[in-house]
Amino acid sequence: MAIKEYQVIGRHLPSEQQPTPKLYRMRIFAANEVVAKSRFWYFLRKLNKVKKTTGEIVSVNEISEKKPLKIKNFGIWLRYDSRSGTHNMYKEFRELSRTAAVKALYQDMAARHRARFRSIHILRVVEIEKSEDIRRPYIKQLITPKLRFPLPHRVDFATKSTFVAHRPATF
Amino acid sequence: MPAESTFKRFVEVGRIVLLKSGPSAGKTAVIVDIIDHNRALIDNPAAGVPRQSYPYRHLTLTPLTSKKLPRGAGSGTVKKVLEAEGIAEKWAATSWAKRRAALERRRALNDFERFGAMLEKRKRRDGVRKSVKAAKKA
Repeated sequence: MAIKEYQVIGRHLPSEQQPTPKLYRMRIFAANEVVAKSRFWYFLRKLNKVKKTTGEIVSVNEISEKKPLKIKNFGIWLRYDSRSGTHNMYKEFRELSRTAAVKALYQDMAARHRARFRSIHILRVVEIEKSEDIRRPYIKQLITPKLRFPLPHRVDFATKSTFVAHRPATF
Repeated sequence: MPAESTFKRFVEVGRIVLLKSGPSAGKTAVIVDIIDHNRALIDNPAAGVPRQSYPYRHLTLTPLTSKKLPRGAGSGTVKKVLEAEGIAEKWAATSWAKRRAALERRRALNDFERFGAMLEKRKRRDGVRKSVKAAKKA
């Protein structure tokens, strides 16, 4: 599933008492526009007294990454419902784009906590600009100056056959 | 980082890598920055390899490195530095690259060219055989 970032703007339907209702803007990570709009109403319902039947979407547009070829460190705050309760979390990712970081987050949550898309709320995605602001050791280790490491045990995936005449060299 | 290691080739900024799969397979590129323990950002504008994230699984480290390449250098700088250090020539001069080029050439031969190669090989075998015989007699 490719995740995209959308800017969704919506509002309550105009009425006689309030001809110009307040606009609400959200940055939503979703696979497509339909899901993005649905998530918008889901979150707005929780925050304000507006729902899909009493409101309207003003605009939906995709937000693209400004510099998709620059490596950035992202901090993501999230809330997720586990089988026994709700937890807040902070995780860091080193990726090329916000959407890639969010995708990595969903994969990570699925792997470590068996959490699905529906049980995760992304609260905030921030690019960490200063290296001293990085909190997690698994990201810290990647920003050491003059970082270098070997690749031990290289397995040749190109060999299709299970049985070969010569033992593969893995170094 | 420990200075001494039995390993000779490292994932590091400036390491020249050979791409094993994807649209740029068979071309070389340079590691511009390390993303994590699975991927690096590679680039080689001179060879037409676009700047991209590449998993280590799909590349091979070569013994060559660009010593002067700064971390996270832009495509323009990469091109300049690689040209200044003559990386493409150094790579072409390695026996690894020569062997690859020869293999590629052999694969591209048509039937008649293969016939010509057969004749050349026959001639070489003949020369070896004759000189061995002459050496034995002497």
